[in-house]
Formats: sequence, C-alpha cells, structure tokens
Amino acid sequence: MELVVFVLATAMVIGGALGVVLRSHPVHAALSLVLTLFGVAVHFVAQEAHFLAAVQVIVYAGAIVVLFLFVIMLLGVDTVDNLRIDPLRIQRPLAAVVGVAIVALMITAIVSTRELSAFPSTEPGPTNTPTTAGEPDANIKDLAENLFSTHVFSFEFTSILLVVAVAGTVVLTRRQRRTHEDAPS
Amino acid sequence: MSALAWTAPAPTPTWYLILGAVLFGIGTVGVLVRRNPLVLFMCIELMLNAVNLSFVALSRKLDNVDGQTAVFFVLVVAAAEVVVGLGIIVSILRRRPGSTADDLSELKG
Repeated sequence: MELVVFVLATAMVIGGALGVVLRSHPVHAALSLVLTLFGVAVHFVAQEAHFLAAVQVIVYAGAIVVLFLFVIMLLGVDTVDNLRIDPLRIQRPLAAVVGVAIVALMITAIVSTRELSAFPSTEPGPTNTPTTAGEPDANIKDLAENLFSTHVFSFEFTSILLVVAVAGTVVLTRRQRRTHEDAPS
Repeated sequence: MSALAWTAPAPTPTWYLILGAVLFGIGTVGVLVRRNPLVLFMCIELMLNAVNLSFVALSRKLDNVDGQTAVFFVLVVAAAEVVVGLGIIVSILRRRPGSTADDLSELKG
C-alpha cells in the first residue's frame, strides 16, 4: 500500500516537474507546478509530516502558484515561448550534462552512505523531540514545541524577513509606477 | 527474489532522497535551459521542494523533528523570495514587455 502511494505520488512529482521544464506556455508550467507540489504534499503525508503537508498545499499551491498566475495574467505574458529558439547553441547539451552530473553525484552519495550508520541515534532532548508519539496530532505538537523553544529566534527573524520583503516589494512597484506616469508627459 | 514470496517493499528514506535528487536535477536543468523569468522562478521552486522532501525524509529517519522545522523556514523564505522576485519581474516586464532572461544581461534601464 505504501508502495502504491509512493509510486503514484512520485509519478505526480516527476511528471509535474517535467511539465514545468518542457511546457512552452507559462500557465501550463504553473499548473504543472501545482501537480508537483501536490505530489510532494502526498509524500509529506506518507512520511507523517501532516502539518507540513497542509502548509505545503496552503502556502505553495494556494498562495505562491496563485501569485505566479496573477503575475502572468497581470503582465499579459501568457504567450507561448518558442522553445525552438536557442541563442546559445551549446547551452542545452551543457545543461543536460550538468543536470545528469548533479543527479549522478547525489545518487552516488546517497547510495554509498545508505548502509553506513552515519546517523547517530541521539538521545531525546530539547533539541531532539521524537516525531512519533501515539496521539493523532502529535506531529503538530512536536513541531510547535521545537519551533517555539529551540528555534524561536529564527522564527522571529523570519518575521523580520517577511516585513522587509513586503516593504521592499511595495517600494519597488511604487517607484516604478511613478516613473511610468512621468514618462508620457 | 523469487516471484512467489514477493512482498511489496516499503519505501525507505533512500528512495525519497533519490527522488529529491532527481527533482533537484530537473529543476537545475530548467533553470539552465528556460529563458522566461517566470518559468525560471518555478524551476527554483522545484529545487526548493526537492530539498524539502529530503529534509522530511531524513527527519523521519532520524526521528528528529528539527528537519520539519527547517522545512517550515524554507517555506517562509520561499514565500518572501517569490514576493520580491515577482516584484522585480513585474517592474522589469512593465518597462520592457516580452523580455527574456537573455535580454536582461545588462543592468541599464
């Protein structure tokens, strides 16, 4: 049963990823990205990361992809890219070589370290909360305890990051509009 | 592996790590090949998701919830990155419609 879930979700992930890279229409690429994100969410559920699966669907599929589609429609760039145009002729073979090399390198590393007991089973502590308790929402409790005790400063810094990002985006687009209004006059 | 006694193997963390590696490779090739800046961003999201998948797989293997916390931070940073990046892309494409990543090789407005 787990194998069936794994195979189906992997098909979703890989198919969506290939769709993002190969589809020439940006809207189709964004919808393929949704497929990939849902597949990753299924993998999260299969690995008992229920809260992250929900956040994955809400934040990625619900917010980020909608933002992508919104920008595509706002700019009116939903035209088909001509994938035949290749300005640098060596770019695609080189990209294929680099991609295969990276994947081969990582898979070699993963497989060669698979049998090693390189992962010490550390004792449970404040920084090492066991993920599997018997309760139904144990994952959320574990994650919350870890996030708000061990990583609380990182959490605060991400709030600063979000404020800076929002303020920076507002400044970027406002300044652009002002110069845009000046230009015709 | 005889056909009679074959039972479906349960997915191990190694499978998830290999899937993450393949997904990361596809995202890398996409970033290197595509020329639409929006699609470039989508490929970066693919790479981030590959890393998230690896984090969760190792978090389960080690029975340690720190990996899931890291995924949480990656999600936040990805959201901030998309907001800023799309703001930049909007301001670029408003000024020069239909430009690709190759047209943006110089910083002149």
